[in-house]
Amino acid sequence: MSEGGPPDPVADPLARLGERLDRARAKRGGEGAAGPDDAAGQGDGQQGAGLGLRIGVEFVVAVVVATGLGWALDRWLGTRPWGTIVLFFLGVAAGMLSVYRAIAGIKMAVGYRRLDGPAGRKPAKDAWDEDEE
Amino acid sequence: MAIEIHPLEQFTVERLIPLHIGKLDISYTNSALLMTLAVGLITALTVFGTRKAALVPGRWQSVAEMSYEFVADMIDTNAGHGAREFLPFVFTLFMFILFSNLLGLVPYSFTVTSHIIVTFALAAVVFVGVTIIGFVRHGAHFLRLFVPAGVPAVLLVLLVPIELLSYFIRPFTLSIRLFANMLAGHTMLAIFGGFAASVGFFAIIPLGVDVLLVGLELLVAALQAYVFAILTCLYLRDALHLH
Repeated sequence: MSEGGPPDPVADPLARLGERLDRARAKRGGEGAAGPDDAAGQGDGQQGAGLGLRIGVEFVVAVVVATGLGWALDRWLGTRPWGTIVLFFLGVAAGMLSVYRAIAGIKMAVGYRRLDGPAGRKPAKDAWDEDEE
Repeated sequence: MAIEIHPLEQFTVERLIPLHIGKLDISYTNSALLMTLAVGLITALTVFGTRKAALVPGRWQSVAEMSYEFVADMIDTNAGHGAREFLPFVFTLFMFILFSNLLGLVPYSFTVTSHIIVTFALAAVVFVGVTIIGFVRHGAHFLRLFVPAGVPAVLLVLLVPIELLSYFIRPFTLSIRLFANMLAGHTMLAIFGGFAASVGFFAIIPLGVDVLLVGLELLVAALQAYVFAILTCLYLRDALHLH
């Protein structure tokens, strides 16, 4: 209908949509340009809830499974009670390690494994972390 | 007023179509029915949702694309680079758990994920798969995962068993977390439902609690699927990017 104008707004629904999107964005931007920040905050909350549900089980299961394994080993090898005792303590340690890793990983966005960087125990080993970002 | 309450009755597996091969019982159960339903719905969503593939997506296409992008994003941020090839697996896992959890909330249906054998099977697939991937990618070098860097040799005697243990505990934590959450949530719903049935006029109170609990359970259903998928990503990351 209109001649010469760049993309015809009536004939081209995409252009119309683009315009509407631009307008909506401008409106939202005017109300407070915290779009990306909001999104980040939401992501944190979601991750926090996920993490909370996660570590609750982590410790208990580690201890229970390890002790059960020790008990089974004792029955099998006839070494009662040493397997149970040793594996109970190993289970506690493993459980604490899992919880610590889950917690230490929060601020790393990707992290779960190890927070070696600041302590600087073996920076060369973790060069991979550096070139990641 | 003796109304019997059986909050655990909802978890009974019933044979809908009895099938036996020799001594093997492969009956089609209500659990299998709900799994079929979940798989069918996911397939329907992804196939019909993306069939038109319009540039401006409709409702169903939006849902399909959003779930795809959600999982793709999760893999990129949590599993590191080079993990995109595992997207189909993680996506399938996430959608199956999510749909099983949500379908379980429909009254008179059955929650597949409230049975530990189901969640443990899923976790075992993840665990075995990740271990195989680790060995295929790194060979025997994969065992370095259990040897923390920069630790004196004396401590290694203690630390390696701990690392090994925390590795082998993964499938258990993964499966018990999902199973326990679903079991506890649905039992609680049934208990408050039972209260409502037995207290007559004041039923409004436990009923209100139940309404709130359903909301909570919706959150738990989505969150547990998310946690399961994100942990799969983190395990994949360990196997792919060895330190």
